[in-house]
Amino acid sequence: MKKLGSIFKWAYLALTLVFLYAPIAVLIIFSFTDSRTMSKWNGFTLTAYREMLNDSALMDALKVTLVVAIVSAVAATIIGTTAAIGINSMKRRRRLLVENISQLPMINPDLVTGISLMMLFSFIGLSSRLGYLRLILAHTAFNIPYVMFSVLPKLRQSSNLLYEAAMDLGCRPTQALWKVVLPDIMPGVISGFIMAFTLSIDDFVISWFVADGVQNLSIYIYGLAKRGISTKINAFSALMFVVVVTLLLIVNIRSMRQEKLDAAQRKKVAKNG
Amino acid sequence: MKRNVLAYPYIAVWLPIFVVVPMLFIAYYAFFDNGQFTLEFVKSLREPMYWNVILRSAWLAVRATLICILIGFPVAYMLSKMKKSAATLLSIFYILPMWMNALLRTYAWKVLLADGGIVSVILEFFGIHGVSLLYTEGAVLLGTVYNFLPFMIMPIYTTLMKLDKSYIEAASDLGANGFQTFIKVVLPLAKPGIVSGITMVLVPSMSTFAISKLLGGANHALLGDLIEQKFLLSSTGYGMGSILSLILLVLVLISTAIMRRVEKDNGEAEGGMLW
Repeated sequence: MKKLGSIFKWAYLALTLVFLYAPIAVLIIFSFTDSRTMSKWNGFTLTAYREMLNDSALMDALKVTLVVAIVSAVAATIIGTTAAIGINSMKRRRRLLVENISQLPMINPDLVTGISLMMLFSFIGLSSRLGYLRLILAHTAFNIPYVMFSVLPKLRQSSNLLYEAAMDLGCRPTQALWKVVLPDIMPGVISGFIMAFTLSIDDFVISWFVADGVQNLSIYIYGLAKRGISTKINAFSALMFVVVVTLLLIVNIRSMRQEKLDAAQRKKVAKNG
Repeated sequence: MKRNVLAYPYIAVWLPIFVVVPMLFIAYYAFFDNGQFTLEFVKSLREPMYWNVILRSAWLAVRATLICILIGFPVAYMLSKMKKSAATLLSIFYILPMWMNALLRTYAWKVLLADGGIVSVILEFFGIHGVSLLYTEGAVLLGTVYNFLPFMIMPIYTTLMKLDKSYIEAASDLGANGFQTFIKVVLPLAKPGIVSGITMVLVPSMSTFAISKLLGGANHALLGDLIEQKFLLSSTGYGMGSILSLILLVLVLISTAIMRRVEKDNGEAEGGMLW
């Protein structure tokens, strides 16, 4: 009975994973064939991988994606963290009001955020020559709350006494913030930054409405998806996917091994002690 | 220097310009035409075309969310009962797909679902012949579930991981069988995870437009498609697009408010939120 249950469990997990990975498998398999689109298999070849590097539109889109992700994540981290420190020391009522308004971009559907920012940009006349700036501003705007709300809980945990102690010991306020408060909330700042970076890379909807003249990867892919995606794109995303997966697995397996080592160490100590 | 000064630039400059004013633009275009107040756009909502799309989108989002719970909860539950190292590694595999462009993965479903594609071959093996899969409502539903399933699994999994195992032991010590323990102990304690999963799936699936366009073709347009069309294809569509965006926003705020209420009943949520 128990064995049957375990078979069922693994079968179920395997089935859900097949569901999640089937499209990825299709994309990767078709990156190795020589047809223009993903309709039929034309024998194994690596042409797509060679062509990918010569596709200047694709490489430009990659550049736009990375530049926008890095700049907007850094900007959102700086603005979001600074604002969070200020908000955290405000009186409860005003604090809640500001927090609630700040949450809007998180609650709003991306579609509404994108449209509202598009209207703002065309109102202030931010022309399409400034497409980069439009993308960066929009991404910063939707990233800030994610940074803020990953920093705020850390600020709440962090004791106010630390800041006061630093001041008593002769720090100027900026020094106290930089040398005492910031290190204390660093994990929140970092995870906020990572979240902002990932959200920016993944975003399609907001970029679609806001970008004008420049293309990031999502916009580029969406444009192609209407006509049929060439295997170059498959090759490119297969490569990106493999790199990311390898990195994540290495990091995780390493930390797991470390955990195991630590556990073994503790056991040894407990035994000998 | 008081520390709350640090928030002033954000409150005085950033919030108004990039959060509040953009929303006011939508409200303005919904009720003003060439500077004149009008209820024309609100009235057009009575056209069956509009509320059909609104109802269909809401219904699709609800179904997608329910399916995500039905598929995702068992996954999260099974993961949470494994050894920690195995669970961590396996849970990564449920997030990994998100590292490949979502549009591309959705596009790949087009290949899988096409006539003569892999899915139809499998169906034929089981004796089901000649069903068209692509460009149906089912395809849109599948694409939505596919895209947002990880957002359901992860919050439930994290909640179940944190669940104090001694509650389960206590329940069985007090004579509850496995099923009773699950219904009366595990499920209520998993509620915060389920609630945040619902919010994370329901809101984006209510406003999706790329998925329906790729897998549903022209016949299965959703609210998101309609709004996009109004804004990008016609220069006169701002009014209608804005009022539809407001409807979408209201739907989202209502569902978020309900979820907050449910969560609060659990005594877990932080009080004092407006929405």
